[in-house]
Amino acid sequence: MGKALLKRLAPLAATGKALLKRLALLAATLLLVSVLAFTAFSVIPGDPTQSVLGMEATEEQIATFRARHGLDLPPWERYGSWLSAFVRGDFGQSFQFDSPVAELVLTRAQVTLMLAAVSFALILAISLPLGLLAARRPGGIVDRAVTVLTQITMSVPNFIMGIGLMFLFALVLNWFRPEYVSLEQGLGPHLAFLVYPALAIALPKSAMTVKLLRGSILGELDQDYIRTAYSKGNSRGSVLRRHVLRNAMIPVVTFLAMAIGDIMAGSIVVEQVFSIPGLGRILISSIGNRDYPVVQAIVVLLAAAVVGCNFLADLLYRVMDPRIDGR
Amino acid sequence: MKKRSWYLTLGGILTACMLAFTVTGLFWTPYVPSAMDKAARGIGPTPAHPFGCDSMGRDVLSRTLEGAGSTLTIALAVLAVGAVCGLVIGALCGYYGGMADALVMRLCDAVAAFPSVLLALVVLALTGPGKYNVIGALGVLFIPSFARLVRGEFLKYRDRDFVQAAKLMGVPDPRIIFVHILPNLWPTLLSGLTIGFNNAVLAEASMSYLGIGVNAAEPSLGYLLKDGQGVLFTLPWCAVFPGLAAILLILGVSLLGEGIRERMGGTAL
Amino acid sequence: MPKLKKRALLLLVVLAMLPASLYGCTGGTEPTPPGASESGSQPSAAQTGELPPNGNSVTVGIAQDLDDLDPQLAKTAGIREVLFNIFEGLVKASPDGSVIPAVASDYELSKDGTTYTFTLREGVTFHNGNPVTAEDVVYSLERCAGSENEGTPLVSAFSNVSSIQAPDGGHVVITLAQPSLEFLNALTAPIIPKDSGPTIAKELVGTGPFRFVSYAPQDSLVMEKYDGYWNQDKAARLDKVTFKIIADTNALVIGLKGETLDMVIHLPNTLEAEVKDQFTVYQDTMKLVQALYLNNAVKPFDNELVRQAMYYAIDVEAVIDFVCDGAGVATGTSMYPANEKYFLPGLAENYAQDVDKAKELLAQAGYPDGFSMKITVPSNYKQHVDTGLVLAEQLKAVGITAEVEQVEWSAWVSDVYRGRQYEATVSGIAADDMTAREMLVRYMTEDRKNFIAFSDPEYDEVLAKALSSIDGEEQTALYQRAEEILNERAASLWLQDMCDLVVMNPALDGFTFYSTYVLDMSTIGYR
Repeated sequence: MGKALLKRLAPLAATGKALLKRLALLAATLLLVSVLAFTAFSVIPGDPTQSVLGMEATEEQIATFRARHGLDLPPWERYGSWLSAFVRGDFGQSFQFDSPVAELVLTRAQVTLMLAAVSFALILAISLPLGLLAARRPGGIVDRAVTVLTQITMSVPNFIMGIGLMFLFALVLNWFRPEYVSLEQGLGPHLAFLVYPALAIALPKSAMTVKLLRGSILGELDQDYIRTAYSKGNSRGSVLRRHVLRNAMIPVVTFLAMAIGDIMAGSIVVEQVFSIPGLGRILISSIGNRDYPVVQAIVVLLAAAVVGCNFLADLLYRVMDPRIDGR
Repeated sequence: MKKRSWYLTLGGILTACMLAFTVTGLFWTPYVPSAMDKAARGIGPTPAHPFGCDSMGRDVLSRTLEGAGSTLTIALAVLAVGAVCGLVIGALCGYYGGMADALVMRLCDAVAAFPSVLLALVVLALTGPGKYNVIGALGVLFIPSFARLVRGEFLKYRDRDFVQAAKLMGVPDPRIIFVHILPNLWPTLLSGLTIGFNNAVLAEASMSYLGIGVNAAEPSLGYLLKDGQGVLFTLPWCAVFPGLAAILLILGVSLLGEGIRERMGGTAL
Repeated sequence: MPKLKKRALLLLVVLAMLPASLYGCTGGTEPTPPGASESGSQPSAAQTGELPPNGNSVTVGIAQDLDDLDPQLAKTAGIREVLFNIFEGLVKASPDGSVIPAVASDYELSKDGTTYTFTLREGVTFHNGNPVTAEDVVYSLERCAGSENEGTPLVSAFSNVSSIQAPDGGHVVITLAQPSLEFLNALTAPIIPKDSGPTIAKELVGTGPFRFVSYAPQDSLVMEKYDGYWNQDKAARLDKVTFKIIADTNALVIGLKGETLDMVIHLPNTLEAEVKDQFTVYQDTMKLVQALYLNNAVKPFDNELVRQAMYYAIDVEAVIDFVCDGAGVATGTSMYPANEKYFLPGLAENYAQDVDKAKELLAQAGYPDGFSMKITVPSNYKQHVDTGLVLAEQLKAVGITAEVEQVEWSAWVSDVYRGRQYEATVSGIAADDMTAREMLVRYMTEDRKNFIAFSDPEYDEVLAKALSSIDGEEQTALYQRAEEILNERAASLWLQDMCDLVVMNPALDGFTFYSTYVLDMSTIGYR
């Protein structure tokens, strides 16, 4: 087993250089995102001071506030100090709330990440069995039913799905109380609540995954090596599991990696439907209140999460398919 | 070998119906969508108001028509901006390559690293809500995905014999790009467009649902849905019909895209 | 570092309200028990009369976040409303709008109207257990007057204060620069422990019936009963109150229907029908003035005839029907009906809808074919957006094309309210207390808060006289004259005091509406 793993990892080491290069690109991408986020917020019209100081603020109060938050410095200086503080974990001070951005954002980020993780797990749990089921007898009743179902599910926007689930399960069937349960109240109840919003995010994405997996399995079944496997007397089930699935998963992994951004975006929209105190609510209210330090921090953190996940998927991809070399 | 594509047929019919519905909404509605009728407040579906009325006595059918028209216009405009700019940028980058290509693609990666709905929200934070701002924000954010798609295809074709031959014969570059290579991209582009269209509808609906989208004076389907959600138990028709319209629009186009891919064998995204 | 924030004297009340529905308010201020109109409604778990599983506590849904808890600054009406339960001043508001003694047991006003002498009540303690001393009171009042804010008063009425002294441990003497009968109302300003200014917004220590437990931004504020409250007759009935911050009205409905909320204040009218089978509904007005505020400094609104024409063109009753299901009260001027002493009910009838007259006035003003205008509304307050839409429909009849433009709240504050870069806007303006001053001073020509740029020499003169008057009746007459001027000149299109709905778990009772914008949780309890 250990040997097999080493063997698998060997090509990874060989492409280590390529990975390093990708890592550098990743850092460059993030830097670019931070520059874009920062410039966007330093050129906008309007001013955070009014919404913070209230409607009756005097000119002197505004000037003092601007000096305190460094708003009177030139943009590049502000960017420099912001970035150097950011990498040290100091995301600055919120304009709106009298507290550090890190304090406001990190607990909420945990909620959003948890929701995204549960959604991702649900996508896998729903789509793998269904995809296999559909591919087992192409054109059969199960396959057709799954195909129709996926086509329809794919077309329902996640927030409409969320509204539907909320009303059905919380208000009509009373399966859960429509009140967010935090992690501190216990992991079990936390997850039990998150399953519903996660389902709203996962269902449309699962439908796409099922479709992709089915197509990819059917494609693999046409390959020569499958015929060889059959000729060695393997059963259809074992061929599917031992040979086809791994290769068929490669495009699925690519798709799921690309879907991570969408899952994050989905979390933020669906959070609104289920009143979950994640990044979505604070992002939207901070946008409304021009609380830029908060918006900037969220933008950069989300970008880091998405880019980081894509990088991990890339890694996984290489482990699964040694043929891929460093591009 | 190919059986009749029910995707294409069904998708075509559904899309045609929804388009007819939506385009009607751009020119004619049974009532003025913004007109309020005190006597009709909160009435359910009747022959006079097939989709019922909302709590301000506005005809929900008229509003759904107007909303669908709004959503369609936004989605198409976003697609136009994204696809045209993406096509030009992708073609140039793919065809010429080099430093500029690397730089532009890095920029595209930076933008694409981020879900478009979220970025559009941030952009709208800068510009304020409104139809044209939504179009601008989403349009720009749709450029990278098209640019990458087109660039990838161009990379495939630029070293092919027929391109090399054309170059040797002294055919000018623009002609090679648009006359020799571009037509090969149609299947990929078409399916890319259907996916892009659905993403645009979805993004617009999500943004309006979050309250950072179009204005109340020009409601889109997402806006109507948000407006109606609070009264889902007492006036369900306010949310159900706009929601249904959005779902059917997306379903039709996605079936159509599926059919096109099946028939023409484009690359799946 | 001193807080560089300044309190808004008149607060813009920001409550999300949806348009009116067919069902709407059931009328009167008598509470409507759940399911009053439905025969077969099932009793909910909350109706069984037993304490809920959470013990003697309730969860209240509020739409507005409490982003700065400094009690003396109290930036918005929504914050003031909640903190009313934790803090008290020398005096505090009573339900009818008058003030009653609190931290002070008694007071005396000198004949010339400039010196207030307060006798401090024995046995009042802060939530940290320390007794309230004259030093604490002087510190608190000086802070209100701007001692920690570079001299700019946190409570603007305190700009009139010339000295605050404690001659002995039991008395505090406040001397004013100008005589004022109304200054007493400003003394509802919270008393806080000496030198707690820099931390008060984080560690709220007051003398009220509830003590502060915790606050999580955008999530909740928790308070518990204070056992050492000085007035045991009026001690809190509940052990614990959680204010749950839910900005989205759709989520409020879900919270109520799912019974995760026991109470919601300021529920939009449209949503009443969704929840009235499960909850008791209380109805009153909001104690504010909603209007189509017109920028008197820009064309064509600088022309009185145009403003009057617009006032004739609109149908205020229809607005009330659509937005508040008929339960709002037309005001006709910048005064709300609950302030009975000053309110003039007849003013609202002066501009009954008359489209012909409106057209005639427009023609006289030089706009026979109407004009185009823009109504800027804050997008997060749906009732204002809806009002704008209704008005835009009505103005079409006289050829005025009004475009409703939604802007973010912060943009509204900076561009419309402070910057005065707008043509017209729909908003609601509320007062802190029952003085007429609160609603009227802002329309004096030079006032910093005169965001409609109204300018009328007679108005300025009348108000100046009223402000320094020490004869109650004369003062009232002067204020009422000022209200009439605002109506005659159609300074803005004064609409209504909107309908205010409170829904509460039927197992609870004891809810009372105040004539000012506060919420008293101490009287609420399980039956």
